[in-house]
Amino acid sequence: MAKQITIDAKGVDCTSLNQQIREALKDGADEVVVNNVLGQRFIGDGLRGNATICVHGVAGGDLAMFMSGPTVVVHGNAEHAPGNTMDSGKVVIHGSAGDAVAHSMRGGKVFVRGDIGYRGGIHMKQYETQRPILVVGGSAQMFLGEYMAGGLLIVLGLDGVMKAREIGSGIHGGEIVVRGDVDDTCLAAGAKKVPLTDEDRARIVPVLREFAEDFGFDPEPLVNADYTRIVPASARPFAGKYTWE
Amino acid sequence: MSDCNLGSMPLRYRVTIDRDQCMECGRCVDNCSYGVFRQDGDKILINSRKCTACHRCITYCPRDAIMLAEHPCDYRSHPVWNQQVRESIYNQARTGKIILAGMGSVANLPVIFDRLMLDACQVTTPPTDPLREPVELRTYLGKKPSKLDFRQKANGDVELATELTPNLMIETPILLGHMSYGAISLNAHLAMARAAQEVGTFMGTGEGGLHPGLYPYQDRVIVQVASGRFGVNVDYLNRGAAIELKLGQGAKPGIGGHLTGEKVSKDVSKTRMIPQGSDAISPAPHHDIYGIEDLPQLVRSVKEATGWKKPIFAKIAAVNNNAENVAAVARSGVDAIAIDGFRGGTGAAPRVFRDHVGIPIEVAIATADKELRKQGLRNEVSLIACGSIRESADVMKAIALGADAVYIATAALAAMGCRVCGNCYQGLCPWGIATQRQDLVDRLNPDVASKQVANLIHAWTLEITELMGAAGITSIESLRGNRDRLRGYMLDAGLLDVLDVKPIGA
Repeated sequence: MAKQITIDAKGVDCTSLNQQIREALKDGADEVVVNNVLGQRFIGDGLRGNATICVHGVAGGDLAMFMSGPTVVVHGNAEHAPGNTMDSGKVVIHGSAGDAVAHSMRGGKVFVRGDIGYRGGIHMKQYETQRPILVVGGSAQMFLGEYMAGGLLIVLGLDGVMKAREIGSGIHGGEIVVRGDVDDTCLAAGAKKVPLTDEDRARIVPVLREFAEDFGFDPEPLVNADYTRIVPASARPFAGKYTWE
Repeated sequence: MSDCNLGSMPLRYRVTIDRDQCMECGRCVDNCSYGVFRQDGDKILINSRKCTACHRCITYCPRDAIMLAEHPCDYRSHPVWNQQVRESIYNQARTGKIILAGMGSVANLPVIFDRLMLDACQVTTPPTDPLREPVELRTYLGKKPSKLDFRQKANGDVELATELTPNLMIETPILLGHMSYGAISLNAHLAMARAAQEVGTFMGTGEGGLHPGLYPYQDRVIVQVASGRFGVNVDYLNRGAAIELKLGQGAKPGIGGHLTGEKVSKDVSKTRMIPQGSDAISPAPHHDIYGIEDLPQLVRSVKEATGWKKPIFAKIAAVNNNAENVAAVARSGVDAIAIDGFRGGTGAAPRVFRDHVGIPIEVAIATADKELRKQGLRNEVSLIACGSIRESADVMKAIALGADAVYIATAALAAMGCRVCGNCYQGLCPWGIATQRQDLVDRLNPDVASKQVANLIHAWTLEITELMGAAGITSIESLRGNRDRLRGYMLDAGLLDVLDVKPIGA
């Protein structure tokens, strides 16, 4: 029997709120429902385990930062850098999110149904079995996948035109997959476009299905859509810049 | 190279062997990882061009047969177009690239520490004999409450009502500064961790993560979070005794860094949590800090992740407006601020940054202390001075200028054998320090090296005790910011005013 604990966040500062969430997990909660969230930061910061935290309202900055295991579902928007330096687990945001989403993320998944701000997926990195995944349903802004060192970043553009420019500046690992075509002028130095092979598609399809299921829509149009894949032009973007004394 | 007419540069060093002394034992051949020596029949041949002046051959020659000379070939002497300037031009004319260099600044600028004289007691007040009276060096790093509240219990006893924030206790005001595993070897890290445990201080991990070999010493380790977030997860944060957010580095203020793929060995890749052989690029800023208002968010996120149980340090490079930078960081909620002066060390930095960007630690610490006191923030943070702390007198002077403690790094490497040859970037350190090549790493015995580092800190601690006793100061708190115990020797009035130190004779 799953144990659910409900917390009212109204008027509660972020440190106290996070303490209440930690207490709830310590009490063995499988699901923590947090109501009336109004910009409290650091929800799920550094949490371990496999509980689910349902946030109702607008989550503040650094949602699920350093998180290792749990699932955080936000029924609303999230501010600056959800999934920052996240280790594992999952963040599902039903609204939009601010800048630096999934900053330095090293594992787990961040799904955003709406739009994200600037520098989405900046410096995501991977190691062995840890491979972070960021999927954006709407659009992303400039400097998408900047300094990206690993992982998978998908932007679906479900709500219209994709606004990202300077995509993948300094990218030296991982891959960015954008539904539809991406104009060459939107790519930054260090990034290049390659065709999405059948093998690539097979790799992203399970992610697309999971995303569609989480937000309750039909995955088939996404599974069969055309995609542009953006990868590093070089694994050593700065190698040619230096000489030794 | 037919497309370049510059040919070979004059030798930087010339190595010679006294053939009368040499017994062709071949130890120089074995010890030199740069390939200077080669056994050819019964003769040892020399290729001086490969020499870095690391002194490994000289150290291990049983007959003192090897001699080394720097700049054996003269250029026309010229005060403006010196050798270094000319050779940089030749290098860049050849390559068209930014010049990288190892270790700290080589700019021939006056060292302010050397122009500050310490005080001692004579007839008006008596000196203290540390043999007879205790001289207290124990230091607590972290926030101190601006006032203490007490409450009376029902039985009449009084107890502290103020909630204290976590501090780090050090037995001597000397910490081992941050150098990453990757930049230096595991044995060098182990040596410092053991030394920190032995003398009751802490060592910094740098931004390369924490190798499992250091877990037994984790209570003596300050873990670092830098812009690349290498090796950072919640487990790492919780293992450290404190966490340092690296915002800048004195050797290269304003730029990031990168560990080249060649140095990302299997073990380094595990600790940094990146694939083997990939470049580890640390961006110039933390991309979740784009303004001073974002810094408190990073500080608090780390505090939240560790349950507000650990002191958080921030390290910044000393640059213009240092006082304002420090005051801003002090308001972000950190517990200590390390300020890295422009002579700070590095595995590799662009030469132009190393030698031309930043300000000296002496000025940075003095202005930081003064500004924090002016703003009523001095109790909110401890100050750690770093960037070329070379001897115990530097520690004394840094504390008298306002520091709580110092980080030493190059000095600790020197204690393990480093000759400051500045070739860390080659990854061939014959002393087993700045290398990941296992046969070279094995040359550094962590038991031996940790003893040497501990010896150095112990010796400096003894000297500081003597210096303090001579000045009639029995506790480190009475030395901190006590500029009256310093006098400036041949420092100009403007600088004396900035340092808030009187000239000699005053």
